[in-house]
Amino acid sequence: MAEKLISKIPEGPLSEKWTKHKSQLRVVNPGNKRKLEIIVIGTGLGGASAAASLGELGYNVKIFCISDSPRRAHSIAAQGGINAAKNYQNDNDSVYRLFYETIKGGDYRSREANVYRLAEVSGNIIDQCVAQGVPFAREYGGLLSNRSFGGAQVSRTFYARGQTGQQLLLGAYAALNRQIAAGTVKSYPRHEMLDLVLINGEAKGIIARNLVTGEIERFGAHAVVIASGGYGNTYFLSTNAMNSNGSAAWQCYKKGAFFANPCFAQIHPTCIPVHGDQQSKLTLMSESLRNDGRIWVPKKKEDVEKLRKKQIKPSDIAEEDRDYYLERRYPAFGNLVPRDVASRAAKERCDAGFGVNETGLAVFLDFSTAIKRLGEDKIRERYGNLFQMYEKITATNPYKEPMMIYPAIHYTMGGIWVDYNLQTTIPGLYAIGEANFSDHGGNRLGASALMQGLADGYFILPYTIGDYLASQILKPKTDTSAPEFDEAEKAVRAKIDKLMSIKGKHTVDEIHKKLGHIMWEYVGMARNEAGLKKAITLIQDLRKEFWSDVYVAGDKDNFNQELEKALRLADFLEIGELMARDALHRNESCGGHFREEMQTEDGETKRDDENFMYVAAWEYKGEGKEPELHKEPLVYENIKIATRNYKD
Amino acid sequence: MDLTLKVWRQKNAKTKGHFETYEVKNISPDSSFLEMLDILNEQLIHDGMDPVAVEKGCQSSGPVSFDHDCREGICGACSLYINGRAHGPDDEVTTCQLHMRKFKDGDTITIEPWRSSGFPVIKDLVVDRQAFDKILQAGGFISVNTGGVPDGNVIPISHETAEESMDGAACIGCGACVATCKNGSAMLFVAARVSSLALLPQGKVEAAKRAKAMVAKMDELGFGACTNTRACEMECPKHVTVSHIARLNREFISAKFKE
Repeated sequence: MAEKLISKIPEGPLSEKWTKHKSQLRVVNPGNKRKLEIIVIGTGLGGASAAASLGELGYNVKIFCISDSPRRAHSIAAQGGINAAKNYQNDNDSVYRLFYETIKGGDYRSREANVYRLAEVSGNIIDQCVAQGVPFAREYGGLLSNRSFGGAQVSRTFYARGQTGQQLLLGAYAALNRQIAAGTVKSYPRHEMLDLVLINGEAKGIIARNLVTGEIERFGAHAVVIASGGYGNTYFLSTNAMNSNGSAAWQCYKKGAFFANPCFAQIHPTCIPVHGDQQSKLTLMSESLRNDGRIWVPKKKEDVEKLRKKQIKPSDIAEEDRDYYLERRYPAFGNLVPRDVASRAAKERCDAGFGVNETGLAVFLDFSTAIKRLGEDKIRERYGNLFQMYEKITATNPYKEPMMIYPAIHYTMGGIWVDYNLQTTIPGLYAIGEANFSDHGGNRLGASALMQGLADGYFILPYTIGDYLASQILKPKTDTSAPEFDEAEKAVRAKIDKLMSIKGKHTVDEIHKKLGHIMWEYVGMARNEAGLKKAITLIQDLRKEFWSDVYVAGDKDNFNQELEKALRLADFLEIGELMARDALHRNESCGGHFREEMQTEDGETKRDDENFMYVAAWEYKGEGKEPELHKEPLVYENIKIATRNYKD
Repeated sequence: MDLTLKVWRQKNAKTKGHFETYEVKNISPDSSFLEMLDILNEQLIHDGMDPVAVEKGCQSSGPVSFDHDCREGICGACSLYINGRAHGPDDEVTTCQLHMRKFKDGDTITIEPWRSSGFPVIKDLVVDRQAFDKILQAGGFISVNTGGVPDGNVIPISHETAEESMDGAACIGCGACVATCKNGSAMLFVAARVSSLALLPQGKVEAAKRAKAMVAKMDELGFGACTNTRACEMECPKHVTVSHIARLNREFISAKFKE
């Protein structure tokens, strides 16, 4: 079966692979492009940039999103910035350094060739966005400004206040709008993909539900691109938007696309702590805050007690009684260690009883040193909107008292397996952005998600998909009355009818919250064999409960948000199990995946390169059957494998 | 906190809507407004499960539909007219960032959808804002293709200009300005985009043409005219100011002169 995983990594020296590969890709002439159709699922940075670029090339594109407008995709919420190896700061940055830091940050579980290409095109992204009118922050001399981010030793992050994702997405959305106006792209807002249609083993279309009318509709194409983001909402509480979901990717898995490294989920260290059981989602405080904020907890337990009882304020605790634990444990990187390291360190302090709020699940992020050094105005200019957001949510003024933060689920590095061309194991099916697995290994560095989404959409997919489409030029428009479409539509209708007919006792959210608890407890920041086995059983039981006792209000032939949620939860209940299964099989600690059995004496991750230096790609084998594991070995020809060290 | 909610219920665009009154109890002041609505909906769904209660005519209209997504005040999906104000009683927030501590125990809260001819109701509190997309499709972009662009640092842009452009670009397209305007004008929304791009050297090339095309589309889609009441600016959750409207007018007039 191993022959199914052909990564198509080009031969030759690392720095020449992409250039050489591009020259060998087939291209489609303009006349033929007009005859070819492409479906794009999702309008975030990946989807919008891909659809716009493909439209510019002359293809006929149909783009789908579940929101009322493409501009609402969750990329919009990214705050801190986008990395690019421009070396504008003269701090000896380079394509190689960005590549190296990304591989290291990912704990040596990503592909060298893909990551190098990402670093290579990163500079073009900045140029493209500037040309589109993205108002990046500028220095007084008029040139682009940079900030630092976790896991990097240079300053290479471009930003637009704390709203970088918004500005980049508005750039891509504007490019998309231009193509919609030109007629090359047709937009389908409030449409949700519910199945992928294969004809002769090739991806040829989708079944979608019109979320306004409830109608089930068919769409055909010569290729399908999945850009629907990650599956972080499996945990119910996450920093993902409420409607973000893994369903489009999951339908592809169930139609034969392999799903890679599902257990690699990123837990972001700086989120606003949970306030209670009425909570619907968690809010991220940008990693950029760690540039100027220092993370600490009290050294003395009695201070912790007094803080919890609100007898003292954090500012009452003397400097020498504070434990700046990241600076203490990781002198070289200090507060700017990668996310997984910072999250685990926060958990370690809280587990040891030093959490600073009533629940004991919070640490301080303190700006007093920076305010003293730079003044409040400078801090306001850098992070004003984040400070305002924090104050609105918590009713505490972070200019006066430190923020309280705690880790939360934020991003999924795992996703649909793709080869170097971003093609999945299904011919004609591509996956880009967070929906694929390819670039971040076991842990994504801050400001690299935006980089990857736009790299895939603007500069990689438009080249690689042409190579496939060149084989499609003689194929007619996909006939959506084909029996394969009949069958897929029938299955979708049956699933919806089944959900509507259960009329049980539990709401969709009640079951989703239960799943979230299982996931956070056993497949969260620390995992072990017994817990993961238990999680698998618990999820299977919960899935039975869902299919026998859920209550979906409303009717199917209408706007119905309960039905939307139920369809997504049905998939989360399967995704969660695969995540646990993958986490159980990966008996090593690496990146965001921390197996308690595999740690060093001082609590750092212990990788097992001998046994686990591979991509775990899971193949669906049918309902009730165990998925089959395929391994793509990771070969490092250019980077010396080392233990990740942020201490010195 | 215990609250009384008067919520607009409307089955779809074709049927007439009405207010229904609900009670919610034990709401934490730390909860967000939308979390309070989540609790109401869980309650309404449970009421709907009980066949006896349904027979007695209790809460048969099911959970309340409302748009929401990021719940961080940036996606622009949430809307809601709360006690007569777009995004409710707090300043410079979207509904999702409004917290219950802004209300008092025992309050009655009236919740309506955006009301504007430009935004027809889809269901309950959900409206159709596709008109905003159409206005942007008419010209809210810089006509560059992917690739072949110059280095990002080739054209210096002053710090102040970049910041001013960013002020307009901060618009989240929620539609509060339209919902608040007595004329149902989309002027602030259009101006934010026109002005943000016109300030930048990259956007200047097409500035006049862009202003003309977007204003024409706004008029065509049935949005009203601007009569400078500045209500839009007061309710904008992202503090987009009417100075952008002044800049739009300048571009618009210069386009007219060129004709």
